[in-house]
Amino acid sequence: MSSLSINSFTHKKYYNWVIRNLFSSWINSIFTIIALIFLYKVGSFFLNWAFFEADFRYNFQGDLILDRTFCSKNIKPGEFGACWAIIYARWDQFMYGFYPVEEVWRVNLTFALLPFALFGVLFDKIPFRKYFIYFTFLYPFIAYFMLYGGPGLSPVGTNKWGGLLVTLFLGITGIALAFPLSILLALGRRSKLPIIKSICVVFIEFIRGVPLITLLFTANVMLPLFLPQGVNPDNLLRALVAVTLFQSAYMAEAIRGGLQAIPKGHIEAAEALGLTYWQTTRKIILPQALKIAIPPIVNTCIGLFKDTSLVLIIGLFDLLGIGRAALADMTWTKLYYEVYVFISLVFFIFCFGMSRYSLYLEKKLKTDNS
Amino acid sequence: MEQVIQLEKVNKWFDDFHVLKDIDLTVTKGQKIVVCGPSGSGKSTMIRCINRLEAHQKGHIVVHGTELTNDLKNIDIIRKNVGMVFQQFNLFPHLSVIDNISLAPIWVKKMPKKEAEEIAMNYLEKVKIPEQAHKFPGQLSGGQQQRVAIARSLAMNPDIMLFDEPTSALDPEMIKEVLDVMIQLAEEGMTMLVVTHEMGFAKTVADQMIFMDEGRIVEQATPDEFFNNPKSDRTKLFLSQILNH
Repeated sequence: MSSLSINSFTHKKYYNWVIRNLFSSWINSIFTIIALIFLYKVGSFFLNWAFFEADFRYNFQGDLILDRTFCSKNIKPGEFGACWAIIYARWDQFMYGFYPVEEVWRVNLTFALLPFALFGVLFDKIPFRKYFIYFTFLYPFIAYFMLYGGPGLSPVGTNKWGGLLVTLFLGITGIALAFPLSILLALGRRSKLPIIKSICVVFIEFIRGVPLITLLFTANVMLPLFLPQGVNPDNLLRALVAVTLFQSAYMAEAIRGGLQAIPKGHIEAAEALGLTYWQTTRKIILPQALKIAIPPIVNTCIGLFKDTSLVLIIGLFDLLGIGRAALADMTWTKLYYEVYVFISLVFFIFCFGMSRYSLYLEKKLKTDNS
Repeated sequence: MEQVIQLEKVNKWFDDFHVLKDIDLTVTKGQKIVVCGPSGSGKSTMIRCINRLEAHQKGHIVVHGTELTNDLKNIDIIRKNVGMVFQQFNLFPHLSVIDNISLAPIWVKKMPKKEAEEIAMNYLEKVKIPEQAHKFPGQLSGGQQQRVAIARSLAMNPDIMLFDEPTSALDPEMIKEVLDVMIQLAEEGMTMLVVTHEMGFAKTVADQMIFMDEGRIVEQATPDEFFNNPKSDRTKLFLSQILNH
């Protein structure tokens, strides 16, 4: 009896919500119906294409798909479903590029350890955080050793790296290196010392005034000219330099916004207590400024992560580069939708993750210290 | 009496604006000086010059025998001995009350954390809010925040305290709790320079009253003379405005 009344109560609640929000007037009802029809058409088409009518590893006859000619849509007229076999066939390349197959476990191990390295940085109220942070600082060395090789592991040149490995390497390393650099740039831009200030202003404005593609070309072509003869950094390192500088300029501006929000009185109070400039910066200014700057900082990080795909124009095979290489292969050509949808999905997962994390942080910091 | 602060022909300009004009002032150990005057008269600027939050351009300021110049070492020495309380409290909002107080002892005096926190608790008891130690400044009332700010200054064990309108940003019912702490501090013999319009406080505590107008010290006298027998017309006008509202 009571459960029935609760049930009818919740039904009533949903009913009221629908009436209030979707059918409150004639116009509203028409829009609701048009939108529903549109969603149904697009959604059902996409689901049919991506799942119900799609080939995964086998076509409609039950044959293992070995190249594009096996795809159902290329055999039977009227079939239109996606042919995901290209993703299966090229999976290793999408993940690791041309990394030697027998060494791929090294990349997998590096990927698997990444969450542990990020854990302590991203969350503060976790047990053993100190040890997670130690691990974070250890991780770059482990990753370098595992990916590049060293004593006991055969070297794998970065020209063999590719796919998600390159995308994550450039994205994460670029952000991690740009972060401290951008703090120095933001502080420098507000410095009272004219030379430091002008160096930072010129650097930030120059980098922000130039497209990333130009920086990538510049790093690729011009970096060797500035370095002593014989020193010839590989392509990936050149791209990393360009990406880091680009990101640091943008992040510096985001942080500067946070710095400007700190009342002058806090700095005066710290000075009056006898704290030095660096103590005041570390203990008073940055903790508050970075907190304020989190949304714009994450914003630039998402932007950078996507922009790493531009490295394909200097001959690196990131996720997008690998996808285009797969399409250029005669055995798989013309499966554009499958490749681009898959690449979009991978980028989306990472960028959406960052966006959610930023929302979580904002919410957490709002309730903190009320 | 031992002289702890000497100002000699101090002049300061903000761009074209001549904000301090030939200020001469001597403060002896244990003296309580209350500075009053209309807004824009330079009283805040004067006390902010004493710990170099503002730089003066002409004249000499000597604190404990150390002259304030551009030499950062001198500035550090002086700031360690001179505490300051601001109108806007200026607590650090991202730190708890006890962290606000123990911060400078830990980082400036290199004191162990535990010892610094004990000292912080002692001063919180002194300003009568030990139970607020683990709250954040945003959770306290204005009066409580200002008392934390006083405790934070005292934790550095200064022998001179500067107060820049410490009660001007407070609701009327909170002024007394802050003034009580300041009176207690005065009774303990602290050397104090206080910019305030709380004339009741001035009468209770001050050894010397200073009245400033347009960047000059117009009148300096004992409270008795200052309130009952002011010499300049400007002082009389100011007192009549401030006492009869």
